[in-house]
Formats: sequence, C-alpha cells, structure tokens
Amino acid sequence: MTRTIWDSSLGKKTVMAVSGIVMLLYLVAHMIGNLKIFFGPEEINHYAHWLRTMGGPVLHYEWALWLVRIVLVVAVVAHATSAYQLSRRDIRARPSKYVHKKPSASYATRTMRWGGIILGLFIVWHILDLTTGTVHPGGYEHLHPYQNIIDTFSTWYGNVIYIVAVVALGFHVQHGFWSAAQTLGVGSRSRDRVLKTVGTALAVLLTLGFVAVPVGVMTGLVS
Amino acid sequence: MKLTLRVWRQKNADAEGAMSTYEVDGISQDMSFLEMLDTLNEELIVKGEDPVAFDHDCREGICGACSLVINGDAHGPERTTTCQLHMRSFQDGDTIDIEPWRASAFPVIKDLVVDRTAFDRIIQAGGYITAPTGAAPEAHSTPVPKPDADFAFEHAECIGCGACVAACPNGAAMLFTSAKINHLNVLPQGAPERETRVLDMVAQMDDEGFGGCTLTGECATACPKGIPLFSITSMNKEWLRANRKVAR
Ligand code: HEM
Ligand code: SF4
Ligand code: FES
Repeated sequence: MTRTIWDSSLGKKTVMAVSGIVMLLYLVAHMIGNLKIFFGPEEINHYAHWLRTMGGPVLHYEWALWLVRIVLVVAVVAHATSAYQLSRRDIRARPSKYVHKKPSASYATRTMRWGGIILGLFIVWHILDLTTGTVHPGGYEHLHPYQNIIDTFSTWYGNVIYIVAVVALGFHVQHGFWSAAQTLGVGSRSRDRVLKTVGTALAVLLTLGFVAVPVGVMTGLVS
Repeated sequence: MKLTLRVWRQKNADAEGAMSTYEVDGISQDMSFLEMLDTLNEELIVKGEDPVAFDHDCREGICGACSLVINGDAHGPERTTTCQLHMRSFQDGDTIDIEPWRASAFPVIKDLVVDRTAFDRIIQAGGYITAPTGAAPEAHSTPVPKPDADFAFEHAECIGCGACVAACPNGAAMLFTSAKINHLNVLPQGAPERETRVLDMVAQMDDEGFGGCTLTGECATACPKGIPLFSITSMNKEWLRANRKVAR
C-alpha cells in the first residue's frame, strides 16, 4: 500500500502536506523560542541548554533533541523529494506554452517552487551558521546562542539571507497551509474563510516573529 | 465587424505547428464564435486553401466537444463553452489568438483539434456504476438525501470538455476526474464501487501523463459548468478514505 501511495500524485501531495505541517509546527515552536533573546543572554543560553536536557531524566542528554532533528530531516527530505518529483511531472504534462500569454496564471505555483528552493538553500546555510558554526562570521561558541546570533546579524549578508528566507517562508506558509488542508480533504466551502485566515495569520506571525531577531540586533535592542 | 485572427495551424500530429494570420470581414455581433470560424473556413475553401480544423458537435453547450483557447483563455472571455460564446464579446478591429488545448496528455491531431481519449480511459477506469440494464427502476425505491442529490448534480454537470486541463499550468485533469468521482461516490447507486472508483480513476489519470494539482484554481475559473475547486478537495478526501479502507 505504501508503494501505491508513493506512486500516486495524490499520495506525493499527501506526503508534502503532512511533512509541511510537521515543519510548520516545529517553526512555530522555534520562533517562540528565538524571542527569548529579547530577555537577555541568560534566558536564551539557558533555553539552549534545556533543549538538550528536555525529556530527562527519562531520556539521556540530547536524546530528545536528536529525536526532533531526525523527524525534521525526514520531513525536509520527504517534502523536497516529493516537491521535486511532482514539479517534474507538472512540467512534463505541459511542455508547450500558449503563444498568447496571460499574466499571473501560475503565481502560486511559481512562488511555491522558488520559495521552496530558497528555503531549502537557507536551511543548509542556517545549520552551517548557527548549529555547526562552519560558516559563522564570529568566534562560534557551542551553547552560547546569544553571542552567536549577534555575530550573525552584525554582517549585512547575514541579515539579507535571513530576511529573504523568512519572507519566502511567509509566502510559502500562506499558500501552503490552505493547500495542505485541501490535499488532506478537510477544506470546504463553509470552512474556507477560516482556513485562509488561519494560514495568513500563521504566515504573518512567523514572518514577524522571526524577523524581530535580526531587527532587534540591527537596532541595538539586542547587543 | 472586421477581425484579425491568428490561428494555430498544424498539418498533423507529427508536423511542426505555427500561428497563421487571417482577416475576416462582415462578422455579425450575433454570430457564435464557431459561426465566425465557419465564415473563415468558407472563404478558405473558396480560395482552395485547407480549412481550419476544430472540434464541435451540439453547438448548444452540452456535449463538451468544442474547445479552443481564445486570447489565452480556455473557451474565451465568458464563462461558457466556445460554441455559446458570441461575437458581441469582441470589438470591431480586434486581433484574436486561437490555439488548441495544450497538454501532453492531449496531443494535437490537426490544427485546433486535440486527442481527448485520455478522458475516455479515465471514465473506463471507474466512471460508471454496476447495475443490471433493462427497465428503469422505480425512482422512489432508493432514497437520496437532498444535499447529496444537489452535490451529485453539481458534479454531474461536467461535460468533459477539458478546459480545466487546458487552463491548468500543470496540465492537470484533477477537476474533471474529481467531478466524475464525486458525482457517483456520493450516491447510493455508486456505493458498491466507491473505493475502487476513486483509486482506479486517479491511477489512470496519473498514467495518462496529466500533471498534479498545485491549487492555483485556474481550472475552476475556466470551467464552463462552474465545477468548484473544492471538488478536488472532496476527491482527495475520498482517495485517502479509500486507501484506509483497502488497507484494512
Ligand atoms: C526544503 C525546502 C522546501 C521546498 C523545496 C519546498 C517546496 C514546496 C513546493 C514546491 C510545494 C508545492 C508542491 C506542489 O503542490 O506540487 C510546497 C508545498 C508546501 N510546503 Fe514546502 N518547501 C520547503 C520547505 C517548507 C517548509 C520549511 C515548510 C513549513 C512551513 C513547508 C510547508 C509546505 C506546505 C504546508 C505545503 C502545502 C502542501 C500541499 O499543497 O498539500 N515547506 N513546498
Ligand atoms: S470540469 Fe469543467 S472544464 Fe473540466 S472537463 Fe468538466 S466541464 Fe470541462
Ligand atoms: S459544441 Fe457541444 S458543448 Fe460546444
């Protein structure tokens, strides 16, 4: 049965929708956690430490964190793979364009594809910057996110990359949340207003919440 | 009215096609779009040229044979079929671009005529009910709740024209397939094949090389019968339900 689901275009869409919602839930938590930076270095550094001890004493140090990381990697890989395969199918299904072009015909599709590619690249860069420290501009120190974040957002490119990605995320969630509801069959005429409003609210909330951090550093509110 | 037409001409399935320009004069506002093309073809025949091939049958908006992408819109600027589109929707002196449905699952046969048998094969995969033929049964013996009857009727309006595929940036046949599935799946008469219908028709749709849905909504905007975009949501729900049922 797994095979038939993965082979079907509707099955791949279902994988996209479920993995998208998993990432969405994670991002809401991540955004809220990031806002701790506005309450000083102890608060956010302690939070970084808690992320490693959460689930204890049942779970060993970092086990819960690794569990979250594994779920996220599975979600990102599943999402990107089905996005790629579905997009390939879509492009193959419409090889020749109309001579008479209509503007805006595929606005949502195009923003989902380009937005998705931007997000995929950003995820790689973001991990190399603030998780492993590989491309970090300052002296990266493990478990000291306060200073690490300030260093990242003290470079112009750090700010540009991050803000572009967060805006792309806003657009992606705005169309994605509502789309996922249709894919999973929970949309309807009577629920449409609510679903569109929730999707837009989530998109705005995530964008503002994530953008607050670089803006805080740039304006000197966080230093 | 005097019009400039730019029409897709293609000798056969294997030939390269291109837009050709024609002038037509003496077009009345009351003519249908297809009558306007008839006028062009009469002139072409008199001149000894090959007339423009296009599909049509009932010319009253019920059979789904007519097609044509007119100025980038499937079935043209009004929400109706090309045969029910009238020249009053255009202005004297207009240039009108006329192209065939574009999708790899709908290859061009000649000029503006495309091969839509992929739709027939989707129907063959499950767009029917298994019932003994013979005299019609007593209608009142199978009660159907009013909301279900309305839902079925809304979807039964699909005439299988393929405008949804032509308008979709992904060449997807989701709206057509969902209309056909929902029409039967909601009714008691369609219940015995409820699961196999949706699974088989969706599988056939994929096999025919149609694209996937990215929920741009272009299909529902183009549909002359007003099949709603939520039709696809209902199909998705049926498909997920059928997979759960079959797994059990
Ligand atoms: C690896 C980076 C990503 C790529 C390449 C990507 C790509 C895409 C594409 C192309 C689509 C539309 C696909 C289609 O309908 O055919 C899509 C839909 C979606 N994306 Fe992403 N995306 C990425 C990251 C994310 C993230 C971080 C989230 C979390 C908020 C997310 C949530 C969604 C949702 C909810 C949908 C709607 C699924 C549906 O239509 O049912 N995506 N993504
Ligand atoms: S859903 Fe609408 S556009 Fe598509 S085939 Fe049916 S009637 Fe035509
Ligand atoms: S010719 Fe029958 S619907 Fe247009």
